[in-house]
Amino acid sequence: MSYQAQLESQFPDAGLQWSDFRDNHRVVVPAARLAEILTTLKQTHGFDQLAEITAVDYLEYEDSTDRFGVVYVLVNCSTGERLIVKAFVNDPDPTLPSMYPLWKSADWLEREVFDMFGIHFEGHPDPRRILMPDEFTAFPLRKDYPLKGRGERHNFPVITRSES
Amino acid sequence: MAVNDVPDNVFMTTLDAAANWCRSNSLWPMPFATACCGIELMATASSRFDLARFGAEVMRFSPRQCDLMIVAGRVVMKMMPVLQRIWLQMPEPKWCISMGACASTGGVFDTYAVVQGVDRFIPVDLYVPGCPPRPEQLIAGIMELQSKVMKTGTINGREFIKRTAATGPTPFDADELIRIREANELLPILN
Repeated sequence: MSYQAQLESQFPDAGLQWSDFRDNHRVVVPAARLAEILTTLKQTHGFDQLAEITAVDYLEYEDSTDRFGVVYVLVNCSTGERLIVKAFVNDPDPTLPSMYPLWKSADWLEREVFDMFGIHFEGHPDPRRILMPDEFTAFPLRKDYPLKGRGERHNFPVITRSES
Repeated sequence: MAVNDVPDNVFMTTLDAAANWCRSNSLWPMPFATACCGIELMATASSRFDLARFGAEVMRFSPRQCDLMIVAGRVVMKMMPVLQRIWLQMPEPKWCISMGACASTGGVFDTYAVVQGVDRFIPVDLYVPGCPPRPEQLIAGIMELQSKVMKTGTINGREFIKRTAATGPTPFDADELIRIREANELLPILN
């Protein structure tokens, strides 16, 4: 019995949407059930590695109903299977539970998603920015952030030759 | 002693010229290499192109032992305070070469995180164009800097005191102001 059928029978009311593209197996799960579904995938179906967390901003995207899609790529190291799990979150204050208790690799991946998209992960042990400077206030990969920034790159003291 | 009595192996010169001759032929570069220009900088210092021919081969990774900063590569906004601090730690007299398109203007990286030319925030003496410049081009730049030191240098650095304005454009050019206004009004994304 595949993990797909088992998950369907275990979460009949979750409305899991399965799809395939080339050799990618994908499932869209509701954000409220994300934690228990990922726990089941790790503990009973052997997805023991969290390879990647990233997000997509669907602002002004055709036919989109939600603002952000957060994507988890799971790997089963004994069979080589991969599963891509996606959950949608919305403004204001997009929040998901942190997967740090399940996979330690979620630590920096969630910090990166927070840094670039401003999606909060509840229960993260160290929810700081990881790439941008601490004093940066915007979330640069959001679609409503201008490509050339809001002048942060010019916000430095000017050192002239006579004073240095 | 009359001038006629000076033997052939004695030269008359000024202290400025003597200091300039010494300084220009023993530049000690600080390699601030952050991107692909840094690879060309390494090639310049290696045996094929041999920067040692011009007396500038001693790359020191401590700013306190250097007098020529070569900014090779793009500088992001998180790196800019580091660059300024390293520049301030270098002892006088010191010069700065902005090597390549990214260090000079930001290059193709016109994005929120990349500083659009280091000359906006630290003084730059010489720009080397190219993406990345060939080692010959960097050597030409260093020779140009040597002749600049020879022509304008003074023993106590008087020529630096006059440079009270920033080398680069003012941080807010017209385009930037337009972009900031657009951003503040939260205009829809320009597709």
